[in-house]
Amino acid sequence: MSRENIAEAAGPLAGACPKVSRRFRLQWEEAQQSWVLLYPEGMVRLNRSAGEILRRCDGTRTLETIVGELEQSFGASDLTADVSAFIDMARQQQWLEARAGRP
Amino acid sequence: MNAPLPVTPVASPGPPLWLLAEVTYRCPLHCAFCYNPVDFARHDSELATEDWLRVLREARAAGSVQCGFSGGEPLMRDDLEILVAEAHRLGFYTNLLTSGVGLDARRAQALREAGLDHIQLSFQDSTRELNDFLSHTRTFDLKQRVAGLIKHNGWPMVMNCVIHRLNIDYVENIIDMAVELGAEYLELANSQYYSWALLNRDQLMPSRAQLERAERIVNECRQRLGDRIRIFFVVPDYYETRPKKCMNGWGEVFLTVTPDGTALPCHTARMLPGLDFPNVRDMDVKSIWYGSEGFSRYRGDAWMKDPCRSCPDKEKDRGGCRCQAWMLAGDPAAADPVCDKSPHHSKVVQVVEQASDPGWKGGAKPLIFRDLRRSRELGALEKSAADG
Ligand code: SF4
Ligand code: SF4
Repeated sequence: MSRENIAEAAGPLAGACPKVSRRFRLQWEEAQQSWVLLYPEGMVRLNRSAGEILRRCDGTRTLETIVGELEQSFGASDLTADVSAFIDMARQQQWLEARAGRP
Repeated sequence: MNAPLPVTPVASPGPPLWLLAEVTYRCPLHCAFCYNPVDFARHDSELATEDWLRVLREARAAGSVQCGFSGGEPLMRDDLEILVAEAHRLGFYTNLLTSGVGLDARRAQALREAGLDHIQLSFQDSTRELNDFLSHTRTFDLKQRVAGLIKHNGWPMVMNCVIHRLNIDYVENIIDMAVELGAEYLELANSQYYSWALLNRDQLMPSRAQLERAERIVNECRQRLGDRIRIFFVVPDYYETRPKKCMNGWGEVFLTVTPDGTALPCHTARMLPGLDFPNVRDMDVKSIWYGSEGFSRYRGDAWMKDPCRSCPDKEKDRGGCRCQAWMLAGDPAAADPVCDKSPHHSKVVQVVEQASDPGWKGGAKPLIFRDLRRSRELGALEKSAADG
């Protein structure tokens, strides 16, 4: 997939750097063998792929970078649509900062 | 990679994810709905700092990740900052549940530096007179100041207000005040009828008309306020026909440690007869969670009797609350009488009907405010009843 296609698939967020909201804390939990999002008096347990995406949402990586890293570490291709769908959902859940930072 | 599945709800029995550290029963307030045991005065030997530090370490090693510091008023302990700092260092998400009494700029800053993640501030009501009446202390101005400190330190602003017959007609004032103070979340939780609230149930139970009006107003406020604040409204379970899944399942998620070190599956479980709950002074957290009789007794559904045993909903609510079953049906293994399949459901209906009778004035008795002297008296009464 070419860069243009990525930009198109990712829509208006292409080039932006998603960042986990300061209202949540992302952390690896050994006892649960998973990444979790912690917030006042609550917790969301993330499955493997969700955790792998969110831990890269640190405000320094663009969507393209995140997709690239995931494709590499999972030995997969064409993850753009999946990842951006997840990021959209995470934004709706307010797990990510409303306005994405720029690199 | 599969399409990412975002949320896996925390359901399966596993580690004690939630540690509720009730660090003290001491409290400068006198709430008539206080959830501390009526005989709290009998349990006044508090764990030392080192004990709590050890409990935090053991619980974290057992997989606890949310830690709530509550009480009483947790700020009554002057080592609270030390405990929060250790919890933070261990990787807990730290919550402080407070009435705000004892929180000044200096302590707020110390707690911030210790790594406290969140404060839940409880308000009794928004109007000064009613607030003073209900908490029996002049605290309203203080709470406004504390709300300012919370904002100033960058904590999310989460407010909680216990709702009952005497303040439920003022929900709109409470909501407006919460918005004015910058609250992002407001929990309007109807009192649950345990401990002191049970003693005062005649005066505190709202009528159906009050409840319906309040729910309508809360919905209107949600419309009016949109994203400015998220409001949770919890009705008294007496008005339901199915019980709540108490504590998200007995011994499945919550571990409460009381001021004297008793470990409980929920903060009121101490009242249940015939159960020995372990103490963190004698047993480590992992053994308590996985190996003590007190925690395993009502886990899962093997202990159930009919109607629960043969009920299709038994996984959904696990038969409701064991304490409520004990208090209202006289048997901790019975169905929670909130359930309309319980043979004791009429007791719940009776209370609701009485409270909803337009002529009902809340009974003849005066409200009993929580305090040390009353706790001693009531504790002695309970003891002699048990002995005799
Ligand atoms: S309910 Fe009221 S009296 Fe009881 S511990 Fe909380 S603030 Fe204190
Ligand atoms: S009978 Fe028991 S399990 Fe069934 S709904 Fe009622 S309380 Fe729940």
